[in-house]
Amino acid sequence: MELFKNVPNIDFMGRRRVGFALSAVLLVLSLGSLLVQGLHLGLDFTGGTLVETAYEEPVEVAEVKAALQGSAYEDAEVLHFGSSREVLVRVPPLDGVEQSTVSQQILERLRQDRADATLQRVEFVGPEVGRELTQKGLLALLYALGGVLLYVAFRFEYRFALGAVAALVHDILLILGFFSLMRLPFDLTVLAAVLATIGYSLNDTIVVSDRVRENFLKVRKGSTEHIMNLAINQSLSRTLVTSLTTLLVVGALLLIGGETLRGFSLALLVGIVVGTYSSIFIASASSLALGVSKQDLMPPEKEGADQPDQTGMPPSSRS
Amino acid sequence: MNRYPLWKYLLVVAVLAVGAVYALPNLFGEDPSVVVTTDDGGYPAESTRSEVLAFLEEREIPPMAAERRDQRWVLRYGSTDRQMRASDLVDGKLGAGHSVAMTLVPSTPEWLRALGAEPMFLGLDLRGGVHFLMEVDVEALIEDTVEGYQQDIRTLLRQERIRYTALELADGAAVRVAFRTPEAREQAAAAIEEGVEGVQLRTAEEGGEPLLIAAVGEQQRREMRDRAVQQNLTTLRNRVNELGIAEPVVQRQGARRIVIQLPGIQDPARAKEIIGTTATLEFRFVDESHFPYTGGADDPPPPGSELFPRREGGYVLLERDPILSGERITDASAAIGQQSGAPEVSVRLSGAGGRIMNRATRDRVGDHMAVLFSEQVSETELVDGEPQRVTRQEQEVISVATVQEALGSNFRITGLSSQEASDLALLLRSGSLAAPIRIVEERTIGPSLGAENVQRGFWAVTIGFLLVIGFMAAYYRVFGVVANLALLANLVIIVAILSMLQATLTLPGIAGIVLTVGMAVDANVLIFQRIREELKAGTAFQTAIDAGYAKALGTIADANITTLIAALVLWIFGSGPVKGFAVTLAIGLATSMFTAIIGTRAAINLIYGGRKLTELKI
Repeated sequence: MELFKNVPNIDFMGRRRVGFALSAVLLVLSLGSLLVQGLHLGLDFTGGTLVETAYEEPVEVAEVKAALQGSAYEDAEVLHFGSSREVLVRVPPLDGVEQSTVSQQILERLRQDRADATLQRVEFVGPEVGRELTQKGLLALLYALGGVLLYVAFRFEYRFALGAVAALVHDILLILGFFSLMRLPFDLTVLAAVLATIGYSLNDTIVVSDRVRENFLKVRKGSTEHIMNLAINQSLSRTLVTSLTTLLVVGALLLIGGETLRGFSLALLVGIVVGTYSSIFIASASSLALGVSKQDLMPPEKEGADQPDQTGMPPSSRS
Repeated sequence: MNRYPLWKYLLVVAVLAVGAVYALPNLFGEDPSVVVTTDDGGYPAESTRSEVLAFLEEREIPPMAAERRDQRWVLRYGSTDRQMRASDLVDGKLGAGHSVAMTLVPSTPEWLRALGAEPMFLGLDLRGGVHFLMEVDVEALIEDTVEGYQQDIRTLLRQERIRYTALELADGAAVRVAFRTPEAREQAAAAIEEGVEGVQLRTAEEGGEPLLIAAVGEQQRREMRDRAVQQNLTTLRNRVNELGIAEPVVQRQGARRIVIQLPGIQDPARAKEIIGTTATLEFRFVDESHFPYTGGADDPPPPGSELFPRREGGYVLLERDPILSGERITDASAAIGQQSGAPEVSVRLSGAGGRIMNRATRDRVGDHMAVLFSEQVSETELVDGEPQRVTRQEQEVISVATVQEALGSNFRITGLSSQEASDLALLLRSGSLAAPIRIVEERTIGPSLGAENVQRGFWAVTIGFLLVIGFMAAYYRVFGVVANLALLANLVIIVAILSMLQATLTLPGIAGIVLTVGMAVDANVLIFQRIREELKAGTAFQTAIDAGYAKALGTIADANITTLIAALVLWIFGSGPVKGFAVTLAIGLATSMFTAIIGTRAAINLIYGGRKLTELKI
């Protein structure tokens, strides 16, 4: 079985403006949403208390809200979690309340109302811990980007590095935008997924860039644009197959992994789709726009060692 | 061509065999068990064991197996319900002298344990439990100490007859003393440096007035913080042990935080309650007319007095009204006295505490002062044959000393052996609220949610894995099957490494494994696509295989290293769930390089290598 009988000949680079336009629209949407409604930050970053309870019989959100009336937690956010038998109550950090008792008080209230309420999960994050986690999260993001930039610049060329990082920033913004638009809670595990996406998207970008570099050496004729197109087309089967296998497992995680992993797997899903797209239309196209050329990628001398391998491939067979 | 030297085949086989052995314990699962040890951590005596077994037999709840594990006596049960009931019964039966805990004990066979193979730990999100992050409030501690300084300095300057114009607290973190002349300030500085422990002095000028600023020195501050954290660690450990949970974690994290993890706990509210209660401490005068006490334990005490047991045995009558409670203690440490050369405990009280102590002891020099220690203890007792939790107050006198002079906010208790001194200092600190502690983070996972998470994680991995395997076999045929074997081997090796490291598997960790499964095939996809390209270009079969591997290698290395960078960053900067994810991702990437490149090549070489081929099933 094969996706393409022969190396496909799609003019990706010729259509890069379409790609740029699409990305521009998505980026504007994402940034707009991020600016206007912001991220629905999870407890990990804002601090506060979250109580997840399960009931034996389905329960209405309104009923739970009513149970909290008259307490300090009237304004608590209440929502179903996974099924109609489970609810999540979330309160921001409150002044003048002993934080560690909040969860107990909420649970007592719910139990008074319905005796079948059982505690599933409590999370309490103090405001200072929340600040620390936010700080650490942002730092992790920056360092990951920096590390990648350095490695790609060292292995390839700075324009490739800029292209790769442009693609990563693009991916991150789109995931954040997606979470902002959909009003999905953004917590630590989602952050982990965003960072994993960096790894994944990069993987894709590197594979394509690797092929571009190889073609610059082998294919004597043709413009930079042509060579890039060729590289993308040659690695297209691999790109699609890998995306598919990864999507299969992430899909399983999303559908079966349960509510706790929903945000995580959703972020990965979006990440893989935009990551695959961006390695073609953002990474390659940006380095092309930055004017990468054959001379820039002549490899250092030591790489000459594996050249003899290429004799089996007559240049005429690929055009 | 395409033959590996023998050692390479052997290497692959060896890695797989070791991986399989160390991954194996995870298949055996865990039994809910009751663990019994004597209070000093020893193995229970033969008589105790047979007594307990007979008792459980009689109550129709005998264990599936009873065995020795190190110094612990393990009773295995098939279900949590039976385990809980049995635990309560045993606890009630044995009473004081033994500690009874509930835990999950891996049912790893003896021969695997002999090899040091144990299953990985399940994180709290998978087995249920409570995680607390607590912070020691150092600022409150400093404030109390500075208040004490204020009191000390005032007394000292009065004694030395040094005149000052003002003596006040500045910003709660320092004492500000104003003088009329710089000479007075110099005199005062010398006296304070000599008479007040751990103080750091700084001179200043304000409106032509010479000032002296007394603050807690940096070193003193660090020592206080460390002692306070250490103290809280000890207290919390004792309390946690009381909960009867096996394998609790009580650890210092960073400069001023403590992590507590209680896996598998059924009732988090009670855990919080017990962790939250502190022991209390009181200073009281001894009833001098009945000292030393000669009466019996049950004799009615005279009015105004109360009878308490002494730690070292015997009883002592104390006055009913306390002088001072332990909350006023800001610090207590054992040291060798500078003048006497003998062990002593130096006690520091807050400013207000010092005043009260001074007033009370002024007129009673020569009398005896006692330290009374009270603690809430909860234990299980058998009431009418049914186990019941009871909490009671346990009180004892931990020190009786003669008042040598009027005491202030800093005094010493002498006449102790060095062991007694350090014990007393520890108890004094644990009875003090000098280092208030707050919960800054809490995560509780109910046991049913934990079990659900395990199941969901397991199914997600299984189904994702099956989907990928099905696709690869259909798409790359023989090569796909080889890649699938490599994937399976990769999974086994990841689990083996996690088990060897005794790492904790969390839900995000499972997600990391799932992601690795998805990405590990990428290496093989890269290789196989290259081989297909070579074949299309008309290359001979054997050369195509070799060239495919060779050309894909650089790409695979680049791609994996960049992802490793991301995983490493996650591991360094991440906390909690992020770290768990990063660990499995990094391990998975490293092992996938081995299985996907060397492993599959070994298999392909065995299948196709060294013969004339007419077809390549790819």
